[in-house]
Amino acid sequence: MNLLPLLTINAVLFIILLILTLFEKIFLRYGDCKITINKKKELTVQGGENLLQALSEQKIYIPSACGGKATCGHCKVQVVKGGGPILPTEEIFITSEQKAEGYRLACQVKIKEDLEITIPEHILETREYSAVLENKVSVTHDIVELTILLQEPAQLKFQPGQYVQFLVPGTNEFRAYSIASSPSLVPRIKLLVRLVPGGLCSSYIHEVLSVNDRITLTGPYGEFFLQQESKRSIICIAGGCGMAPIQSILQYQIEQGMPRPFLFFFGARTQKDLFYTEALREIEKKYPKFQYIPALSEADESGSWEGETGLVTEVVARHLTDGGNFEAYMCGPPPMIDAATGVLQNKGIDESKIYYDKF
Amino acid sequence: MNKLIIIFLASIFTNNIALTYLLGMCPFISLSRNLKTSLGMGISVIVVVTLTAIINWPVYYFVLIPLHSTILTYIVFIIVIAGTVQLLEMIIEKFFPVLQAVLGIFLPLITVNCIVLAVSLFVILRNYSFLETVFFSFGSAVGWVVAITVVAAIKEKLALTGDIPKKMKGAGITMVIAGIISLSFLGFVGMLAV
Repeated sequence: MNLLPLLTINAVLFIILLILTLFEKIFLRYGDCKITINKKKELTVQGGENLLQALSEQKIYIPSACGGKATCGHCKVQVVKGGGPILPTEEIFITSEQKAEGYRLACQVKIKEDLEITIPEHILETREYSAVLENKVSVTHDIVELTILLQEPAQLKFQPGQYVQFLVPGTNEFRAYSIASSPSLVPRIKLLVRLVPGGLCSSYIHEVLSVNDRITLTGPYGEFFLQQESKRSIICIAGGCGMAPIQSILQYQIEQGMPRPFLFFFGARTQKDLFYTEALREIEKKYPKFQYIPALSEADESGSWEGETGLVTEVVARHLTDGGNFEAYMCGPPPMIDAATGVLQNKGIDESKIYYDKF
Repeated sequence: MNKLIIIFLASIFTNNIALTYLLGMCPFISLSRNLKTSLGMGISVIVVVTLTAIINWPVYYFVLIPLHSTILTYIVFIIVIAGTVQLLEMIIEKFFPVLQAVLGIFLPLITVNCIVLAVSLFVILRNYSFLETVFFSFGSAVGWVVAITVVAAIKEKLALTGDIPKKMKGAGITMVIAGIISLSFLGFVGMLAV
C-alpha cells in the first residue's frame, strides 16, 4: 500500500496549522482588556475573543439565539467606547438611530482594547440555571407544555411575562421561551413550546427531550412583564404560544385574588389550536372580573363552534368599547400585534400602556 | 513577455472566468446589487485568487509531484486556500484595520468559492510556468471583477429606471444581464487564446 499520499496530506495539514497557530500566537495578542459595564462594573478579560463570549464567561448572559453567528440580531449592546467600526455583518440588524448611539451586536465586537458598554440593568441579574425536565404534556397537536425543575440554583426571580433561553444541547444556540407559570411556582417553571417545522430547538424539545433529561437555561430576560404597581384593568391578547406569558400574568393575578378586571382574548385558527380552555372557564366562574374570549379565524362550517369567529383583532374591536382605563399585554406573531396595537389605540388605550412581545 | 500579456488579456476577455466558464456565480448573483459591495468582493477575489494560485503552483510541482501524491491535488489545494484565507484575515486584522471593515465579510466567503479552486486547477491542467500562473490568475480575477462590476453598474441603473417584472427581480434579471454581457464578450473570441 502506498502510504505516501497519506503522509503528504498530514504533513500539509500540519505545516499549515503550524503557520496559522504561530502567527496567531505572535501577532494576534491583545493581552488583558478592561470592560466597563454601565459605568460601574469592571471586568478584566482576555483580549481576542468576542464580547458575547467574554461576557458569558463572566456569567453575564446577553440574550442571543444563534450562538454568535450574527444571524439572530438579539445580542445588541451599546458600545460607548472602543470596539472599532461597525461591521457589514451587523448592519442589517442595527437601525441608523441605533448606529448613531453606538449599538453593536456583541458577537461581532472583537475585544482588542478597553471597552465601555451599556446594557440593560436587568441583564446583569440573569444567570445560568441547570434543571431537569419533570413533565412533558402535549396541549395541542403542535404545542407541548414542559414542567422544569430548577436545580442549580433552585431560585429564579422573575416578573410574570419574562422569558428564559433554552440551550440546545450540543450547540451554542439558544431559543427563547416565555415562562408560563407564576413566580410562586419556583423552583418549577413551565414553558410552552410550539413545534416549528425544521426548527432546531423545538424539534429537539418535541422529539428528543424526555422526562429527567438535563436542561440548561439562562434568564430571566425581557421588558415585557406585568406592571405590578398599576391599578388599571388588564386586557391580554395572545395567539398560539403567546399563551405562555399571559398564563404567567394570569396565575399571578389569581394568587393576588384577581384585584383588577382582566380580559383575555386568545386567537387561534381552528378548535384544535385551543388549549387550557376548561381551566380558563373554571377561573371565569370563580372570578367574575376575569373573562376569557377565544376567537377562531377558521372555525369549521359544522357549527360546533359557538364562540367568536374572525381575527382576534376584530373580536377585540367588537368587545371593547372604552379602553381608557385599560393597559394591554400582547404576545404573538408580529402582524397580530401590529394590527392589535392599531385597534387598541383607536379604543383609547394610550401607546405607553400597550406592552407586547413579538416572536 | 508577449505570451504573458496575451494570457493576461485573454483571461480577462476571451476566457472570462465568470462569463465563459460560469464560475463564481454565487457571489456574482448575490453581491452584484451595488457597485460598492461588488468592488469589495472584487478586491478580495483578486488578492485571494492570485495569492492562492501562486502558492498552489509550487505546492503542486515541488511537493505533490515529487511525493507521487497528485491524487491529493484537490484536497491539498482546498486546504491551502483555506489556510491562506485564514492567514490573510489575521494579517488584515492586525495590520490593516481599515481594510478589515471593507473586506471583513468577503474573505471567509471566498474560501468556498469555486473560482479560487478553478484558477489553481486550470493552471495545473494547462501546464503553465510560474510566471504564466501569476499572469493568468491575476487576469482571471480581474476578469471576474470586470464582469461583476459591469453587472452591478447595470443593475444599479436598472433599479432607478428599469421597469423589471416582479418575478424577474434579483437572480432572474442578473442571469439575463450576465447572458447578454457574455454574448457581447463572444465578440472577443479568436482574438486571443489562453
